[in-house]
Amino acid sequence: MNANLVGIAIIDIVFFTLLVLTAVAIIRQRSLFAVAMLSGVFSLLSAGLFVTLDAMDVAFTEAAVGAGISTVLMLGTLALTDKDEMKRKRSALLPLLVCFVAGAALIYGTLDMPPFGAADNPVQTHVAPEYIERTPAEIGIPNIVAAVLASYRGFDTMGEVVVVFAALVGVLLMLGTTGRPSGKRKE
Amino acid sequence: MSELAIDLEFILGRYNYWLFSILMMTGLYITVSRGNLIKKIVGLNIFQTSVFMLYISLGKVTGGTAPILTGDPDTVYSNPLPHVLILTAIVVGIATTAVGLALVVRIKETYGTIEEDEILELEHDMDFGNGAPQGGSRA
Repeated sequence: MNANLVGIAIIDIVFFTLLVLTAVAIIRQRSLFAVAMLSGVFSLLSAGLFVTLDAMDVAFTEAAVGAGISTVLMLGTLALTDKDEMKRKRSALLPLLVCFVAGAALIYGTLDMPPFGAADNPVQTHVAPEYIERTPAEIGIPNIVAAVLASYRGFDTMGEVVVVFAALVGVLLMLGTTGRPSGKRKE
Repeated sequence: MSELAIDLEFILGRYNYWLFSILMMTGLYITVSRGNLIKKIVGLNIFQTSVFMLYISLGKVTGGTAPILTGDPDTVYSNPLPHVLILTAIVVGIATTAVGLALVVRIKETYGTIEEDEILELEHDMDFGNGAPQGGSRA
């Protein structure tokens, strides 16, 4: 049991180290093309982490949407805007301080949380066992995540589709080719 | 000896949360300290992904497997509910990223730059510079 936990910890820490290295590279990199690629790498690494945490469906989605579509959108934006980031004049000391204080507060908050991976955590004992128990009889497909997403929580998923539609309409209204003079706007 | 064993258990039970907090703060730092709007959006994405990791690690059961039915009654499954929630959140996240990037493109067309400092300077000129309209640009 304990050896199992240590094994998971080692894999997690390897993935986490790679994630932090990617994030630091994003901080330091001034070429926006490299930043877009590194953000794709970050998404792919987090998909790997999701697999070790038993979340296959989330890993698939993160790899397809985070590493795929998101990178394509970034590259499209880069083609229409700048290639490099400007060096900033003001100091980054205050943001650093804010992040340290907020991070310390978050870590202090986790000290009271139930331990990672324990089967009797409050989050595991409420409604999740019911879904696992009822899915084979009521829905009849092996993937519980799909059953909850599409059937038990179908209305939530419809709400998600509405959000995506609203975002699509927003993007089209902002970037649509009709009704906007080509070239620079004159004020 | 027993003191040390308890401490190790305490750390193993919480290190995941600490790691994600550090990653989250890295994302926050990028968003706040960088002036480039595209880099700000990348920072927001990092922040968002580390929140996803926190949720997924809450649902993990040690010795459990992915919540796909095996037919064996003794199998322990991880909690499927955080997975469903985060699936929805990822898709909503990409939708908001797309809107953010579209805004960046429009800002570039209007101001000719995507650096926060230059945009603020331009806005200051519009309000108080030569030939500024009566009452400023936002009148």
